[in-house]
Amino acid sequence: MGEDIKVIVFKLGSEEYGIEVDKVQTIERMLPITRVPKTYTFVRGVINLRGVVIPVIDLRGRFGLPETEHTDQTRIIIVVVGEMEVGFIVDSANDVIDLNRDRIETPPEVVGGIKARYLDGVAKIGDDRLLIMLNLSEVLKKSEIIQLESLEE
Amino acid sequence: MDMNQYLSMFIDESNDHLQSLNENMLLLEQTPNDLSIVQIIFRSAHTLKGMAATMGFEDLASLTHQMENVLDLVRNEKLAMQDFIFDTLFKGLDALEAMVEDITQGGEGKADVSAIVADLQAIVRGEAPSSGSAKSAGSAPAKQETNTAIQLDEFQYSVLQQSIGEGHRVLYIDVAIRDDCQLKAVRAYMVFDLLEKSGEVIKSHPTVQDIEQEKFEKSFSLYYITQKDPAELKQQILNVSEIDQASVVELDHESLQQMAEMGAASAQSAAAVAEETKPDTAAPAAAAPAAESKDNKPAAAAKPAAKTGGAPARTIRVDIERLDVLMNLFSELLIDRVRLEQLASEVQNHALTETVEHMSRVSSDLQNIVLKLRMVPVDTVFSRFPRMVRDLAKSLDKKLELVITGAETELDRTVIDEIGDPLVHLLRNAVDHGIESPQDRVAAGKPETGTVHLRAFHSGNHVFIEIEEDGRGIYRDNVLKSALKKGIVTEEEAKGMSDEQVHQLLFAPGFSTAEKISDVSGRGVGLDVVKAKITSLGGQVTIYSTPGKGTNFSVQLPLTLSIIAAMLVKMGSEKYAIPLSSIVETGIVKKEQIRQVHGNKMVDFRGSMIPLISLSRIFEVPDFNEEDESETEIIVIHKGDRLAALAVDEFIGQNEIVLKNLGKYLPQIKGISGATILGDGQVALILDPNVFIK
Repeated sequence: MGEDIKVIVFKLGSEEYGIEVDKVQTIERMLPITRVPKTYTFVRGVINLRGVVIPVIDLRGRFGLPETEHTDQTRIIIVVVGEMEVGFIVDSANDVIDLNRDRIETPPEVVGGIKARYLDGVAKIGDDRLLIMLNLSEVLKKSEIIQLESLEE
Repeated sequence: MDMNQYLSMFIDESNDHLQSLNENMLLLEQTPNDLSIVQIIFRSAHTLKGMAATMGFEDLASLTHQMENVLDLVRNEKLAMQDFIFDTLFKGLDALEAMVEDITQGGEGKADVSAIVADLQAIVRGEAPSSGSAKSAGSAPAKQETNTAIQLDEFQYSVLQQSIGEGHRVLYIDVAIRDDCQLKAVRAYMVFDLLEKSGEVIKSHPTVQDIEQEKFEKSFSLYYITQKDPAELKQQILNVSEIDQASVVELDHESLQQMAEMGAASAQSAAAVAEETKPDTAAPAAAAPAAESKDNKPAAAAKPAAKTGGAPARTIRVDIERLDVLMNLFSELLIDRVRLEQLASEVQNHALTETVEHMSRVSSDLQNIVLKLRMVPVDTVFSRFPRMVRDLAKSLDKKLELVITGAETELDRTVIDEIGDPLVHLLRNAVDHGIESPQDRVAAGKPETGTVHLRAFHSGNHVFIEIEEDGRGIYRDNVLKSALKKGIVTEEEAKGMSDEQVHQLLFAPGFSTAEKISDVSGRGVGLDVVKAKITSLGGQVTIYSTPGKGTNFSVQLPLTLSIIAAMLVKMGSEKYAIPLSSIVETGIVKKEQIRQVHGNKMVDFRGSMIPLISLSRIFEVPDFNEEDESETEIIVIHKGDRLAALAVDEFIGQNEIVLKNLGKYLPQIKGISGATILGDGQVALILDPNVFIK
């Protein structure tokens, strides 16, 4: 048996995603965002989180999904990876579940339009719920972004 | 026994003493006959020796002891200072510094100092006219006698009597240390140190040496000459930790005589022998030091008194990290203050406005103090330069004088920590490349001795540090030739360059004009590193040079790195902050005043045309474009002498802002140096105006 982990569940469109709870600092409602010019297209800007300036990423933009209007369900999940603090804008975040590592399976090539290398795996929960586990360090990797940007140009 | 709590104190104080030794030695080298300086050096060395012995650093203590022996001869005029004595003493100081450094790193402070010790001993033996008679007179410093009771020999007695006659106070002081004290010698030392600041200890029991080695029970007594009030002195002694009791009795001619007689009665033949050995020499020997002590006393004693108004300077040493935390907390408070001010102006409640105004005043006072806490005089960096320049000049066979002005100028701690190395580089450069050899200087009709000025001064929100020498100056052609050879510029570029641009080539990576590579400088790494470091601190370097006359490297540094005054501007719905330090003026231009020159927009500013830069275009601001307006607000910024105008939508006002970085995730963005949090809780980006002026 693998160890049990706690996972924050959030939604982008109809898909459900998971981030391990110890990588998450807080979950906030939408805050005023200050645009930062001349940076990555999916960086929405920076927010003031209790005196600390933190950049915010639109996760839909990051994964190349169509962007939508923010609703009162929209949340900013502040994650900490290494020394980096980054906010993710997600459609909603309203669940914490226990998950056994053994239940996480290697993902197929593409899940919901997201490349496999951004994922840790896929876990089946309940009868028909699929939880996509994010690989945060890949999502925030900078060399990746630079490649991505140059392809777009 | 836990020595750790004393260790950090020991390290701090040792460094202070070493610093003062270095400084005073250099001073003495300028005026070798000034015995008052020797006294100060001797006292520092003596204290250092005592502390080292107490802490068990034997090598440190023994080396200091040897140096002290040499100094003792000098101060008693048995030995005239000469070049090789200075060199040996300096070598000794270097060894001491290395040992203290080792202790700081957690080492044992051990080092092989036998060579230096041998040199020092040779000086003591060979150079001093040490005969029997000279020695007995030389024992005049009362501290070195070992007697069992506190008794005065004739010499000490006459010094005391004379002092009373001259209106000094002669005190008999009895100090008892608490029973549970761990390091009696350290406490005793602190008392001695305190006393020596404002007077002279003539005689102590047990002797100073025994006290140093902790060979005493729990109390000691001494005779002391001072100008101070006995009651005040007593209070100061009691302020030293772990001191149980102190009694201070002022003596007059009669009581002194009584006490001396009591001492003499308990003393045995030793005193009689002492009296016999100095029949006639005693009188002149006594007169000389007495006169001397009169001379140097006002210099040594008056100084601290004037500074602190009677009481010794009271300082505590604080961990820098704690200051940083204080600073961060204060920045939070500042943000809330701005916010409160805004809310109060909206609510329009008289009582609230008044309270907020009061709070603003208090917090700006607080801000001044918090910022001042972090300020350190540049002296802490400058003080090691005289020594460095002296050694450099010796190794390069050049004659030069370093003139330091404005060492009291204060800079933020973080800047001070970083600025040392770049300055060392620039100084080495000035000495090695700037100043010519004495022959060349004479040939050029200049004085043989070159002068290097090291200046620090305030100007507005900046501190300038200048290194100016009267050396050979920078020849444009030489620089260009070298730059062409190294492929840093092309021939075409070189033709069009202004002198200033040519000078800036010196900062290009891989550039070095020195024909001969010396071990001092000229490796071609250096100046580019210097520039990078200074730029990273938010500063600039400018070179002014006249060929044949000399060169001036001027370093401009920000006063502080954490809170700056800035102008807030609006561009559509977005707010930006522009550091006040780079703003020259604000103004309004009409659309028809904007001209097109080679496709670039220019505006007239006080008779000259300067480029107009569209911030909204550079930052792709979605809801503002100055071209739609018939009048444009402009902010004239400068970088060095060059000017440019930034077009903005609206001025909001001037504010103190707290610098924050944009987090680790975002890459460097051209034109933006950081962010700040405004009173309404929103983030505003801070512009880096230097980027806009090419």
